Amino acid sequence: MSGNNIDGIIEKYRGQPGSLIHALVEIQHENHWLPREVMHQVADALQVPFAQVIQIASFYKAFSLTPKGRHEVHVCTGMTCHLRGAAKLQAKVEEVTGLKDGETDAENRFTFETGACLGSCSIGPELIVDGKHYGRMTPEKVEAVLKQYE
Amino acid sequence: MPKLQSAAELEKFRAEILAKRDPAKPCIAVCAGAACDGMDSAAVAAAFVAEADKLAAKLGDKIEIRTTGCHGYCEKGPNVVVTPGDICYFEVQPADVTEIITATLKGEVVERLVYQDPKSGAKAVHMNEVPFYKHQTRLLIGDNPKIDPMRIDDYLAVGGYSALVKALTTMTPDQVLDEVKKANLRGRGGGGFPAGSKWETTKNAPEKTKYVIVNGHEGESAAFMDRAMLTGNPHKILEGLIIGAYAIGAQKGFMYTRHDMPRLEKHVRAALAQAKEYGLLGTNILGSGFDFECELHFDVGIFVSGESSALMRSIEGNAPEPRPKYIRTSVSGIWDKPSNLNNVETWANVPQIINNGADWFTSIGSEKSKGTKLISLSGNVVNSGIVEVPMGTPLRTLVFDIGGGVRDGKTLKAIHFGGAMGGSIPADLIDAPLDFDGMSKLGAPIGAGGLLLMDEDTDMIEVARYLMDFLVKESCGKCAPCREGMPQMLHILTNMTLGKGKPGDLERLEDIAEVTGAASLCALGKTSPDPLKSMFRYFKPEYEARIVNPAGGSGDTK
Amino acid sequence: MSEIALKIDDKEVKVAAGTTVLEAAQQAGIYIPTLCHHEKLEAFGGCRLCIVEVESRGWTSYVVSCLYPVAKDIIVRTRSEKVDKIRKVIVEELMAHAPDAPELVKLAEVYGADRNRFERKESFCVVCGLCVRYCDEVKHLNAVGFIDNGAKREISFIPEVAKDVCWECQECFTLCPTSYAQAAYLLTEALAFPGQRKVAAARAAKKPNKSRVIPIAAVPTN
Repeated sequence: MSGNNIDGIIEKYRGQPGSLIHALVEIQHENHWLPREVMHQVADALQVPFAQVIQIASFYKAFSLTPKGRHEVHVCTGMTCHLRGAAKLQAKVEEVTGLKDGETDAENRFTFETGACLGSCSIGPELIVDGKHYGRMTPEKVEAVLKQYE
Repeated sequence: MPKLQSAAELEKFRAEILAKRDPAKPCIAVCAGAACDGMDSAAVAAAFVAEADKLAAKLGDKIEIRTTGCHGYCEKGPNVVVTPGDICYFEVQPADVTEIITATLKGEVVERLVYQDPKSGAKAVHMNEVPFYKHQTRLLIGDNPKIDPMRIDDYLAVGGYSALVKALTTMTPDQVLDEVKKANLRGRGGGGFPAGSKWETTKNAPEKTKYVIVNGHEGESAAFMDRAMLTGNPHKILEGLIIGAYAIGAQKGFMYTRHDMPRLEKHVRAALAQAKEYGLLGTNILGSGFDFECELHFDVGIFVSGESSALMRSIEGNAPEPRPKYIRTSVSGIWDKPSNLNNVETWANVPQIINNGADWFTSIGSEKSKGTKLISLSGNVVNSGIVEVPMGTPLRTLVFDIGGGVRDGKTLKAIHFGGAMGGSIPADLIDAPLDFDGMSKLGAPIGAGGLLLMDEDTDMIEVARYLMDFLVKESCGKCAPCREGMPQMLHILTNMTLGKGKPGDLERLEDIAEVTGAASLCALGKTSPDPLKSMFRYFKPEYEARIVNPAGGSGDTK
Repeated sequence: MSEIALKIDDKEVKVAAGTTVLEAAQQAGIYIPTLCHHEKLEAFGGCRLCIVEVESRGWTSYVVSCLYPVAKDIIVRTRSEKVDKIRKVIVEELMAHAPDAPELVKLAEVYGADRNRFERKESFCVVCGLCVRYCDEVKHLNAVGFIDNGAKREISFIPEVAKDVCWECQECFTLCPTSYAQAAYLLTEALAFPGQRKVAAARAAKKPNKSRVIPIAAVPTN
């Protein structure tokens, strides 16, 4: 964890309560999660109540309050993907990874999330791993795709 | 690149760009829109570039390769368009690249990669022959295949920023406002509210500091045209924004979009930087005396942040909690300053209204819905993608002529508009025209324009359940009717899909729907019952059939 | 300060501009039920119980009176078939969380609400926000805040802050309509800082002019 970078981000926004979300986004991007001590530092530096930092961090799903896995596995559950069978795809991913939506495994290999239509509806249903799209997916292909990711 | 400090300098620069471009020189445009990208069009583009470089070493610079934004025919990607001639190649793979380049240089066509009608086998080579494209009126998206979004010069080459020149140097802010009002440009994000009126309210608000905002959040499920426009032609939206800011008297703009689209971020950042470099953003733009800056902001992963007042809280750094509509954001928005928010597509319409005039714009469309509309076609449709048609076009044209009908030989059961806050109409209403008010009256408001086809196998209770589930996850939780009412509706609908529908369920649904619709704080809660309302209007028998023991049972108990 | 004339339940009312419909009604002696409203706090507009019917220039709308500003010649109805139905259903939805909360029980009687109409929920917090807002706006301590979104939204005491300030204060406990606030505090204390209470009490005892240990409000019985 690059503590220096996090300190740098906090310093950049010191004294700017209006930049709370920007600061948290950058820290999340840098660190992949928001440790509680870091959130306290942000509260102090940006002069916002800690309760507000917690509210924002727990409200927005882009933030993670627990360490995330090395690989982010995402099943799109937008309306088109749903009509094209995303539920079955989701069930298969749950089976293969042992994770439910929002969970990370104990070895920090995968974090599994569903949601947000990503705008590539024509190739639904989709499995997206670390930003790479696997379109027109079927449950049968899931295991082979996930095997590639250590 | 020194700043362009006057209209004359910009036009001179544009002429220089055009002089360097030979329209007869073949250009291969590879689509890098979301779906094509997901099908690895980047590999196709890389293969083209490698092959073209090899050729250039031997023959000199004979062919141009351009990576562009979304062409629209997402179903058949990776998409490639070759100019001159607008020859369309579909489902192109890296292995096809050599053949395409060889044929292009000889002025020939690769027959096996052109469009072929699935029933008749008839081929169509040029874009204006391909059925998907030929029935469209591509005023907004038509430029996408011609532009590399990372190059502002491409936008200038197709006439970009000429509207800004016209507005800043030959029109007063009031004249610009009047033109947009006369054009009756209605919001394309879902509200359908007259943009000119909103601009005027913001303009007339007493505060001097004013803001303009591009809402590029596009949370509506199955709508993907805003992202395609913003990723594929960010300058068009920026140009509209600067013109609007000039009309309204705003000094600063915000582009608000999603955090999960790296290519979109890259393109918008590049567009803002290049516009600034060219002097189209900053102080004394083109010598007009008008100053304007623009920033990019991201959401953090929740649908409600697409709601305009919640979005403004988000830009301030707060949680996206909506405010009641009687505090109008055009009067008191970001940091309580007058803020004019419009959707991506709305802003994209502004340059052409200024260039061609309100009379031209009002000649397109229906009586109260003017201009064209971008529609994202998806669901059980043969040709999914982004299309653009004049308002007033019958749905039949969208579904059958452009969309190619229902996939897998099934029949059409319903058409859904407006995502989780819209509604479904049955197939027998297929001749209804695409129109804000008409579709609202039918119970399926256009919303952002996401059109979903549902085939005969679709379970309409499951559709309502799914949409309610989506909204439950996206609620901010501030007000009771939404926070409590939606999960209760979801619970009942879920039971119905599991065969556990009880007597009294439909009445309970109707009551909660009525109260959530009437008493919620913002549009999310208020419109959450709308899909259910359309279900009860057109598909009630299907719902009634799910109630177990309708005659027996002990009435309305748990 | 200009005066605005309006009608509330057929009564002519005149109030200063900038007054909310709720304040105007209260000044005129007309009762509108509220839950999340408190005179010391900024109006929240969360519970929606204060909803009223407003007729203005031929349009009828349903607005929350705690936030809606008075306007010239509007006609306000604090009771109607639709207003009553809205209140009834909201009470039923809140009773799915806290069927025994005294204020909800009273409202249920007035509006004919059935405490068992909807699926029972686990938490008896009704997310009125009184504790959170009071701790923020009046006490400036922010010992309790909201977390999460939507149906999962609830209040949460921040252990690092609560352990130092809550026992001496306890003012939000009496504000809470369902007694969830004090239950949440006690649970947080038991899990995160057990035994800390004596430290806080000792600190309080040492302070010269403060005897502010307020007894915990009794949990209402049926």
